[in-house]
Amino acid sequence: MKEATDLVLEVKNLKTVFFTNSGLFKAVDDVSFTVRRGETLAIVGESGCGKSVTALSLMRLVPDPPGRIVGGSVTLEGTELLALDETRMRAIRGNRISMIFQEPMTSLNPVMRIGDQIAEAVRLHRAMPNREAQDIAVEMLRLVRIPEPARRAREYPHQLSGGMRQRAMIAMALACRPALLIADEPTTALDVTIQAQILALILDLQKELGTGLVLITHDLGVVAQTAQRVIVMYAGKKVEEASVEALFAAPKHPYTRGLMASIPAVPASGLAAQARLNEIPGTVPSLVRLPPGCPFAPRCKLAIKHCEAEYPPLADWGGGHLAACWRAAEIAEVA
Amino acid sequence: MTEALLEVTDLTKHYPVRAGVLRRQVGTVHAVDGVSFSVGVGETLGLVGESGCGKSTVARSVLRLVEPTSGHIRLGGEDITHLSKTALRPHRRSMQIVFQDPFASLNPRMTAGDIVGEPLAVHGLASGKALEARTAKLFEQVGLRPDQMRSFPHQFSGGQRQRICIARALALGPRLIVCDEPVSALDVSIQAQVINLLIDLQRQHGFSYLFIAHDLAVVAHISHRVAVMYLGRIVEIADKDELFRNPRHPYTQALLASVPIANPLAKKLTPLVDGDVPSPVNPPSGCAFHTRCRFAMERCKIERPGLMEAGDGHHVACLLNEGTGRPNSIP
Amino acid sequence: MVSIDYDLELRRAGAYATGGWRRVLFLAQRHVLGAAGLVIMTLFVFTAIFADFIARYDPLTIDSARALARPSLVHWMGTDSFGRDVFSRIIHGARVSLAVGIGSTALGGTIGVIVGLTSGYLGGWVDLVFQRVSDVLQALPLLVLALVMTAALGPSLPNVIIAIAIPLIPTVARVIRANTLALRELPFVEAAKSIGMSEVRIALRHVLPNTLAPLIVLATAQLGSTILTEASLSFLGLGIPEPYPSWGRMLSESAAEYVRTAPWLVIFPGIAISLAVFGANLFGDALRDILDPRQRG
Repeated sequence: MKEATDLVLEVKNLKTVFFTNSGLFKAVDDVSFTVRRGETLAIVGESGCGKSVTALSLMRLVPDPPGRIVGGSVTLEGTELLALDETRMRAIRGNRISMIFQEPMTSLNPVMRIGDQIAEAVRLHRAMPNREAQDIAVEMLRLVRIPEPARRAREYPHQLSGGMRQRAMIAMALACRPALLIADEPTTALDVTIQAQILALILDLQKELGTGLVLITHDLGVVAQTAQRVIVMYAGKKVEEASVEALFAAPKHPYTRGLMASIPAVPASGLAAQARLNEIPGTVPSLVRLPPGCPFAPRCKLAIKHCEAEYPPLADWGGGHLAACWRAAEIAEVA
Repeated sequence: MTEALLEVTDLTKHYPVRAGVLRRQVGTVHAVDGVSFSVGVGETLGLVGESGCGKSTVARSVLRLVEPTSGHIRLGGEDITHLSKTALRPHRRSMQIVFQDPFASLNPRMTAGDIVGEPLAVHGLASGKALEARTAKLFEQVGLRPDQMRSFPHQFSGGQRQRICIARALALGPRLIVCDEPVSALDVSIQAQVINLLIDLQRQHGFSYLFIAHDLAVVAHISHRVAVMYLGRIVEIADKDELFRNPRHPYTQALLASVPIANPLAKKLTPLVDGDVPSPVNPPSGCAFHTRCRFAMERCKIERPGLMEAGDGHHVACLLNEGTGRPNSIP
Repeated sequence: MVSIDYDLELRRAGAYATGGWRRVLFLAQRHVLGAAGLVIMTLFVFTAIFADFIARYDPLTIDSARALARPSLVHWMGTDSFGRDVFSRIIHGARVSLAVGIGSTALGGTIGVIVGLTSGYLGGWVDLVFQRVSDVLQALPLLVLALVMTAALGPSLPNVIIAIAIPLIPTVARVIRANTLALRELPFVEAAKSIGMSEVRIALRHVLPNTLAPLIVLATAQLGSTILTEASLSFLGLGIPEPYPSWGRMLSESAAEYVRTAPWLVIFPGIAISLAVFGANLFGDALRDILDPRQRG
């Protein structure tokens, strides 16, 4: 057991719902997890599984309406975020907890110089003259390995390439040295060669600064290469949590197994022409009308009668490997 | 290799860049810059590259949805590059396209059945009951239920919509289907379903695919041969196995090394290239990749390497491979 | 923290209201103002259609003995200087307003769609010419343009409709053109091209139906302003000629002379105009929200 002071973030039973024209749905349903200093936690799942809403909930940025956090607790460095008023939350956002988004173009103000944007972010939280903040901005751009940082600081977002913009976003997010960084699909919009650069950068910086990192992604390859621990989400629920090694070595939830089997791998050596992939049949269920039991049961090869009747508890299968499946114990044999 | 169904020679597409009040041309986007390849009957050619490399322009040029600046496109031996709209119409039946975005590629105001049956109706191949029966059969072929014909696109999930797009492409019995990033907008679990469907359909009908994607792993699964594009040019083209086992172009090597492997015990990510893809407006001289290449020599800045055969259908456009091969016209 | 009864919330959020009347009821609950607008518009249309049965007197019958009677049980809204029943005139006035509103919106809308679709889809010089012409038309206020038109054409019901419809054309055409430009680039239009479909058929079958939602919203919103324009024209003496009752003219005839002595002659037509315009705008706003694709779950 690590020391309590090492804990950066503790999320307990988080519940976020959305009210839409077609009904109310539980975007995040009873999700708990922790992040330690310098640790990378990956939240993985497909679209609509609730991973992005989880991130927004941590930032208290869920758009209300239609969304609302309706239960649970989010503790950042001992402070209960859900209990803060908006003014005090603003003082923490961008300071102790910050976020980078998928689309670096729309996340930067197109009519402000890069350096000014970073300096502004710094001065929101630290009382200092503009000159000093500008110096920090240039320093941050250098930290994220942008060549000629002093010149780049005077440029506008449209003058930078996609990869450079994402670097600038990271510089801005880390400018106040937050305890926790949330990265929501930070490389999805980028090309694969740029993705590799950005991921390497995020990991380097995290090591340097000791920031806790919540990495939200749909890409199991990214998870395997970056995370220490992984949460798998499906239909708003946490269905599995484990260390990255344990998860990839022996996934306990049929959904995780299905996901891993269905990703095409880049062949290291020869591969039969046109190999078929192992697919997960069916589609992700509508969150508005979820079945009473396990939401994955209709697509699950291992489903038994009981799966459709009752949602399985999230049980520990040894060494902190959690999975919510009635058949997790026998999965290695039956699958 | 079997006989060629599609032959593309020296395809070039330039877009003018205009600026100012007078809309004067201030530059040229070299979207596609002298691309040659062929696709055999029943073969899948994968075309990979990063955004802005011109792969989608190639796809649209092949279908004559954009007019190429120069070069030739031959389908089944006939040159279709300069055919008029009317003359092109019978050829449209032979080639179809499946797009990336299954949301935008279906008319939201039409039922799924109407969408799939429309090609048949437009070409006057079926109407009334016969049209309905053939549409139903197409639905079954792509794994949809015929009773879903009356539903509208928004009632389907992303994967199902892509199935509708595939059914529409199948309707006219094409010989070539151009797939422009058909699975990149889909979730992983659904992606596998669609890839399997495409593979199954090809086995049944024997048509060819020009399969365009940025995801190497997807291309690896579906293709027989793979071409790698960078800034409007093909830099390497080879049999799939050969390409992945023995990538010769530094860019292909970098691309392969950049894919994160879904195994925490595998070697960690090593970005082999720095910097970003240069702008296709006034691309770098010589080899377009020299600005990011680890092995770049002085010569690379001046000489533009052509595709050279480096043994058994493996073609590379790199001066490093110069000694090993001989120039070749159509790979 | 807070606990939540999901089933109750689901019901409140309309999870079970998926089709038919229940869906309408649910939407009405979520868009209370829009529902109010719809009720006003329905009442308005109902009144116009059944004016003969609702009105208690003939709106044109002059009875000087009863001139300028105050509102009473006999004449709910009093009588005017000619002794005509104001309530009956307002009921019949709804007909004129509705005819002008729907007529000019339909006329302007149809021409606007044709112009917008052609110019958006064809582009080139057709588009350029249309755009400059509509710039000129839009530089003038709706009312001024309609004034000039009626002055030139002479006051009559069809002429008023035409006069109000013409300034509508560029407004509608702009919206349709913008939509067409966006739709033209969508893959489903490219897919239609790649199956060998003709341009006209693509425009009619793939582009036009997809511009209907914004068109409906625009038309509803314009309905209010056309009613207002008709009232203004009539107020200025260029609207519907005597003896048909028009709300605008009812106002203009009495405003100067009777506003102090017989205020009901001003108040009731004023309320009628405001209510109709208000109803159309409320309904139009709600319609925009409901048809906005981002709102659909």
